[in-house]
Amino acid sequence: MRKGGGVQIRGLRELGIIVFIIIISILVGIRNPRFLTWGNLHDMLLDTAVLSVVAVGMMFVLVTGGIDLSAESVLALTGMVAGIIIKDNPYLSPVFMLLFGLLFGGFLGAVTGLIVAKGRVLPIIATLSMMYIYRGITFIVSRGEWIDAHEMPESFKALATGRVLGFSNLIAIALGVYLLFYYFANHTRTGREIYAVGSNLEAARIIGINTDWVIWLVYTLSGALSGLGGVMWVARYASAQNDTAAGFVLTVVAACVLGGVSISGGAGTIPGVFLGAITIGIINNALPMIRVSPFWRMALQGLIILVAALVNVAVARNVERAQLRQREELRMVRHGA
Amino acid sequence: MKKSLVILSVLLLVSVFSSFALAKGFTIAMLVKNVGNPFFEACARGGQEAADALGNTFIFQGPPTPTVEGQIEIIENFIAQRVNAICVSANDFDALVPVLKKAMANGIKVISFDSAVNPEGRIVHVNQADAEQIGKLQVQAIAEMIGYEGEIAILSAAATMTNQNTWIRYMQEELKDPKYAKMRLAAIVYGDDLRDKSYNEAMGLFKSYPDLKGIISPTTVGVSATAKAITDAGLIGKVKLTGLGLPSEMAEWVKNGACEAFFLWNPVDLGYLATYVAGLLCEGTITGKEGETFTAGRLGEYTIRKSQDGGTEVLLGPPFRFDASNIDEWKDVF
Repeated sequence: MRKGGGVQIRGLRELGIIVFIIIISILVGIRNPRFLTWGNLHDMLLDTAVLSVVAVGMMFVLVTGGIDLSAESVLALTGMVAGIIIKDNPYLSPVFMLLFGLLFGGFLGAVTGLIVAKGRVLPIIATLSMMYIYRGITFIVSRGEWIDAHEMPESFKALATGRVLGFSNLIAIALGVYLLFYYFANHTRTGREIYAVGSNLEAARIIGINTDWVIWLVYTLSGALSGLGGVMWVARYASAQNDTAAGFVLTVVAACVLGGVSISGGAGTIPGVFLGAITIGIINNALPMIRVSPFWRMALQGLIILVAALVNVAVARNVERAQLRQREELRMVRHGA
Repeated sequence: MKKSLVILSVLLLVSVFSSFALAKGFTIAMLVKNVGNPFFEACARGGQEAADALGNTFIFQGPPTPTVEGQIEIIENFIAQRVNAICVSANDFDALVPVLKKAMANGIKVISFDSAVNPEGRIVHVNQADAEQIGKLQVQAIAEMIGYEGEIAILSAAATMTNQNTWIRYMQEELKDPKYAKMRLAAIVYGDDLRDKSYNEAMGLFKSYPDLKGIISPTTVGVSATAKAITDAGLIGKVKLTGLGLPSEMAEWVKNGACEAFFLWNPVDLGYLATYVAGLLCEGTITGKEGETFTAGRLGEYTIRKSQDGGTEVLLGPPFRFDASNIDEWKDVF
């Protein structure tokens, strides 16, 4: 029932952010023409790759009405452990390391998921605790030291510098994650159940969805993708540090919210997350290129995010109004508020 | 974790034994910003060496994270243990003063090193390098690399960092010299000591200033992130780089040519000098007054001079230059 109209509406919903991306690209392009070159576009996508991967995981958690603050620590811990492993076993294949990132991160996420789903601890508290615990473990396993570029084999660093079909490997991985999870979110039973749990937990339970399992699953997914992001991060910067990605989780949540994911749960799409991540990527990439004082840039960064959010809200509201006229769906009223 | 357990048990043993057995020499405690930091581990090695040279006992401690509270707690412990001297790398210029005054009132010789405390809370400071020298040296290095001609940029840590801002001021001062007339400081950007942000800022510099010839990055995260960015952008040889970096982090980039040379003070020598000065203070050979001269073991002659903060200090010497000729020997040290 929702699907027919859904596609069309979703297209409209994301119009705001697309318009915003085009406007900001033109403005920056006028100031520095190099911004719109293929090389820079590629750099920008590359910068967005890790953010994208982690944001996809975060989206599923947000859709259930939760939040995963531990994502940045899972990223750091997995990155550090991967760094230590590759330092001691330089012959390991990078593909194996990516798989390791998924599994190790997934395990860390599964622990968090158990605490939320079975322990009934509020997601923000549970994941905040795990954020500190995993960050602490990062220090413990590394003994406070870091893994440097010269301790990593070329094959591992090539993960970030190598290319497939003209795109950096990392971009290819991010695209793969988007495609896979687009399918998962829209065309699998479990994917749809995640939205059902986020829209109305009680109703979902009554119709027979195993809500605990779904909630555990989204944290596990978020962990797995953060772990994957951790391995990508370490390969990209050729350095595993204890404070890797500190504060990164705010950027991830911002990318999701800019992409129309609702903090209160129930709503969020993969294309939206993609656009949100791109918006953040553009801001990070464009600001160093426009030759304004670094002191202004910080304020400018906030301003741009704010404008993007406002444009987004305005467009979404119009869409919803039109929709309300079409059919009076209660759920939509909640999001308009 | 194992290390802190060992340190803890050593401390316990020391406190037990020092109460009835007259320990050999003096007990000199080194308190650093945080444990597990390779820089301070290297300081500790120098400290142990200096303590051995003078026949003293050496204790090394620091909080797990760089906090003032952690350091205060440890200093209170030192006072209870009746150590003879404390060498501290302070997490705050003023906050440790009350507890350090208490230590001095108990007859403990307190000196700061690496990161100073207010002159009220110390006898003398062991300064790793002169701010003016650090600034000038980096400008001279980049000028040589680019042949005294072209645009350069500075990639710093956060805009609020006192150290970096002082160094940058001296860099700008040095650039006024007529021999740099053909060089222009195009931009100062801030990577906030975050690897991803520093990397992006470096990439931004390449794109905003296509004629850029050199970058100075007076911060360890910044200089290695910039080296990686130069490598990834295929600009090795086209954009030169120098700054303050850690040999372990920079080894890769010195070898691939992204950074010909960079600087840092030698932490082993810094720890050695601090512990040596503390030993001499305990012996009464020096008192920490301006103008006193002394010999610090293998490091040679030093003179105590007036410091900018109104106290006195000992200056370790010019920053150490790391390049292809010595990087292999240092990359495993710190």
